[in-house]
Amino acid sequence: MTYRVVHYINQFFAGIGGEEKADIKPEVREGVVGPGMALNAAFKGEAEVVATIICGDNYFADNIDATSEFVAETVKKYKADGFVAGPGFNAGRYGTACGAVCTAVGEKLGIPTVTALYPENPGAEMYKKGTYVVVAADSARGMGKAVPAMASLLLRQIKGEAIGTPEEEGYIERGIRINMFYEKIGAERAVDMLIKKLKGEPFKTEYKMPVFDRVTPRPAIKDMAHAKIALVTSGGIVPFGNPDHIAASSAQNFGEYDITGVMDLKEGEYQTAHGGYDQTYANQDADRVLPVDVIRDLEKEGRIGSLHHLFYTTVGNGTAVANAKKFGVEIGKRLKAAGVDAVVLTST
Amino acid sequence: MATIVPISLSVGANRIIPTVAIPHPLGNPLMTPEEEKKLRRHLVDKALVALETEVTEQTVFKDE
Repeated sequence: MTYRVVHYINQFFAGIGGEEKADIKPEVREGVVGPGMALNAAFKGEAEVVATIICGDNYFADNIDATSEFVAETVKKYKADGFVAGPGFNAGRYGTACGAVCTAVGEKLGIPTVTALYPENPGAEMYKKGTYVVVAADSARGMGKAVPAMASLLLRQIKGEAIGTPEEEGYIERGIRINMFYEKIGAERAVDMLIKKLKGEPFKTEYKMPVFDRVTPRPAIKDMAHAKIALVTSGGIVPFGNPDHIAASSAQNFGEYDITGVMDLKEGEYQTAHGGYDQTYANQDADRVLPVDVIRDLEKEGRIGSLHHLFYTTVGNGTAVANAKKFGVEIGKRLKAAGVDAVVLTST
Repeated sequence: MATIVPISLSVGANRIIPTVAIPHPLGNPLMTPEEEKKLRRHLVDKALVALETEVTEQTVFKDE
């Protein structure tokens, strides 16, 4: 049988127009449009593009949920066996749209999806867990390579064939861990790896460390005497009794506490909720982790404008990076809304 | 402000002040309360200076 495939592209690759047409609403055309021709050819008769969905990049960006819903419904209506978006190369809005629609179709319909993006396209980082993202060049010059790779990866998913590792297959790592059997036990493999490392030979880790974001440093504070400073900590300092039950490890939440009029964190009024270090010293004097007493002095002396009346706290002990990131984004939003100029973050 | 500077570097902090110890980054229970507060003041002063300093990359502000 010939598998049925629906293809998503933007207004530019559909030949409708560039930026001036980026606000067009999604439309559906029977058969192939633009890069769909190459896609069809790459399927070599095993699959066929039965419909193409075209949407303006700006329209998509402004209506992500509704458009994703529309795409999933359309794919369902065409009884598709698989779904392809792009390639989006290094186009930020288009790449994000490709990742979003593939993820939505996969989640809602449970059928195989694939897109192709330049690894630095923000859509790749955002949606690599939701779909296969084939590594593509940064511009449409890479079309000839990306399209057959997408076609192959989609067909093999539809046919239920095993998909190899990201390195073997040329897609972006999805963060999926798979159990494997080895002839040698872990200790031997670790020693082998160490010897290779000592010899300066190439070796491959079996468990990659997470890659953290890098942020461009913020400009310096020009006028500290009028700056509003906030305190944030991962050291778990909370009002005595830990009213929001922040967990001693693997924290699921952060706390926001009012320190209006608090000049010093006293024993019996503040404590730590952190379960990853000896709590004795922080419970005796929580200023050892969250320096409220000193900042109050600096406020009085006019070295800083003011101390923000709320402090934020969580426990950084086995806390999932995803949770930490979520807390950070939310705390950042609140600090920004409160007009805070700078933050002193203390960590244990 | 953290004691394990390599962690601060790995998570991407841009202005880093090394501190005293994990369970008491901004204090030292072996000192008198007055000495201890002086130490804390010194560290927080450094943090403010760091915030007033332009940096283009991750920077560890060490004691001179």
